[in-house]
Amino acid sequence: MATLIKGRRVIVESAPSPEAKVVRLEPHDDPASIAGRLAKLERVEVNFPKFGDGRGYSIARLLRERYGYRGELRAVGQVGRDQLYYLESCGFDAFLLRDGEDPEEALAAFNDFSESYQASVARPMPLFRRRAK
Amino acid sequence: MYTYDEIDQRLVDERVRQFRDQTRRFLAGQLSEEEFRALRLRNGLYIQRYAPMLRIAIPYGLLSTVQLRKLSEIARKYDRAYGHFSTRQNLQLNWPKLEQVPDILAELATVQMHAIQTSGNSFRNVTTDHLAGVAQDEIVDSFVWCEIIRQWSTFHPEFSYLPRKFKFAVNGAKSDRAAVAVHDIGLHAVRNAENEIGFKVLVGGGLGRTPMIGFVIREFLPWQHLLSYVEAILRVYNRYGRRDNIHKARIKILVKERGPEKFRDEVEAEWAHLKDGPSTLIREEIERIEGRFTRPQYEKVSSDPVFPSVPGFDAWRKRNVQAHKVPGYAAVTLSLKKTGVPPGDVTSDQMDAIADLADRYSFGELRVTHEQNLVLADVRQSDLAELWREARALGLATPNLGLLTNIIACPGGDFCALANAKSIPVAEAIQRRFDDLDYLHDIGELDLNISGCMNACGHHHVGHIGILGVDKNGEEWYQIEIGGNQGETRPGRGASLGKVIGPSFARAQVPDVIERLIDCYLEKRDSEAERFVDVVHRIGVEPFKEQVYGNADQRASRHSRERALA
Repeated sequence: MATLIKGRRVIVESAPSPEAKVVRLEPHDDPASIAGRLAKLERVEVNFPKFGDGRGYSIARLLRERYGYRGELRAVGQVGRDQLYYLESCGFDAFLLRDGEDPEEALAAFNDFSESYQASVARPMPLFRRRAK
Repeated sequence: MYTYDEIDQRLVDERVRQFRDQTRRFLAGQLSEEEFRALRLRNGLYIQRYAPMLRIAIPYGLLSTVQLRKLSEIARKYDRAYGHFSTRQNLQLNWPKLEQVPDILAELATVQMHAIQTSGNSFRNVTTDHLAGVAQDEIVDSFVWCEIIRQWSTFHPEFSYLPRKFKFAVNGAKSDRAAVAVHDIGLHAVRNAENEIGFKVLVGGGLGRTPMIGFVIREFLPWQHLLSYVEAILRVYNRYGRRDNIHKARIKILVKERGPEKFRDEVEAEWAHLKDGPSTLIREEIERIEGRFTRPQYEKVSSDPVFPSVPGFDAWRKRNVQAHKVPGYAAVTLSLKKTGVPPGDVTSDQMDAIADLADRYSFGELRVTHEQNLVLADVRQSDLAELWREARALGLATPNLGLLTNIIACPGGDFCALANAKSIPVAEAIQRRFDDLDYLHDIGELDLNISGCMNACGHHHVGHIGILGVDKNGEEWYQIEIGGNQGETRPGRGASLGKVIGPSFARAQVPDVIERLIDCYLEKRDSEAERFVDVVHRIGVEPFKEQVYGNADQRASRHSRERALA
């Protein structure tokens, strides 16, 4: 059974209601295509068919920063602990871990790094602006 | 030298901890081979022909003597007491043990070093001019801008899984000593009419199996917008770069397939959203970074010393000593191209000795050049003769900078698992053939570059003469190109790619072929000032071909004779 992490906690998800408003994006999908209906969605899932396919990171930032999406943004597919820090920085707040991932180790991975230089969804101001204050 | 602050240090320490855990999980069987591969590569760790290879980052080639001594110590303790300086201005260890790599990284972190993003599909070490900060033709000190890019690109969350590797070079001087036109992104610093700093931006250059010269997509980008503009380029690449075929995944292919104009339009459209956002650089940050670089405390010294008349010294001074922007100082290249030593290789003992030289003669700092030599950038002219004596005793004063035997070569088939053919013995055979210094100086400036396979780590496409190792039915053969040029080091001759002269050669034939090319050049040049590469561009490849293979009629008759005999 795959583990779901949400809000940095392992949670057990109840069966989805049939009318749940969920959209799944593949790496080649353009997030602009759903920009108009984001307000009505409960969840957007972004699929990572391969561990090394980095397109989903850009999709997440665009959804959050350009299209103003505030709902659940879930990474699904080949999602392992070594990607979690970056995924969260880019705006994901839910992670469906692939099989075989240890939930406790995965939670620890959010603390792989305590700072980052760049502007991101998690830290909208880059380090140099926070330093300059 | 840039000095870490508390946060820079913490991030490097956290990376060591993270990689230690990844290694532990791999050794415990919790991480698959494939996944650990992606993780270890972005930490510079390859599994090579005989052993792992660890590539240690030397950001923009700048190194302190404390760091060099640590590298020497690491090479002794964890490897075979030598290292290899690469064309990316990094240092490679060829024999570390996988399980000891976390300890090596921990030792590196104690001297503000790491192996972050030195390989894998990531944003690699930023490279620049080895004369940054001291060149007489300086526009800006490119080290400052390189450090800004280094920080921005380190663990960038959005661009940690790019389609392919990404190489970035910055040139801050009038001459281009950083080969910016053959990088994924290359920047040329420029000043506009108001004397404001900006950058000319080139995209899509690169070597490898599809060599390309970069396209200028912006003539003047004001410095404030550097990060947001680069972010726009990377985002377009991350989203649309090909991921279906590793050989078509570099940004140059995207630029080519889209067409440079359309690619530029996409970048500009993306940038329209990012421009003036939080990543817009501020003057305080530039000043903060500048302030974290240690600066040499130059003395007021005579700018016109009398040099001793010693045989050998003159030749060395002419070739291996460059002018400096501060009167009375000079930049000195310590050559790592002694015949019989693989280009770029240094032993731990040499590293210690070089560190001593740098401490005594050059404010405790040195630079690694993309031509695989070391530079002491701040030497008093009055110390040159003494430094030359010491460097010569260490085998580091070969007076061949810019000459044919200053060969760039990758490690090749002796070490690298990707290589089709060996590079090092070819370099050595050529160096032996051209060991007469007078003859070498008569031939004049000539870049000769050797790659052991089409990945082109030895930059053969931009050598005036480029040699490429190819595999023919399991045998090592060598293809020869002429007319490449790494960049506008002289006015009027920009970056260009070499042209293949014809069928490839067996290893033993290579020195003969080079000699024939040189004969042709010497015969055709209009003066000593006209370099080999200039002649190739003036008269074309054909006369050189004839010299090597015979003329077209001879080639045809030989061909039919061979067919008749077959």
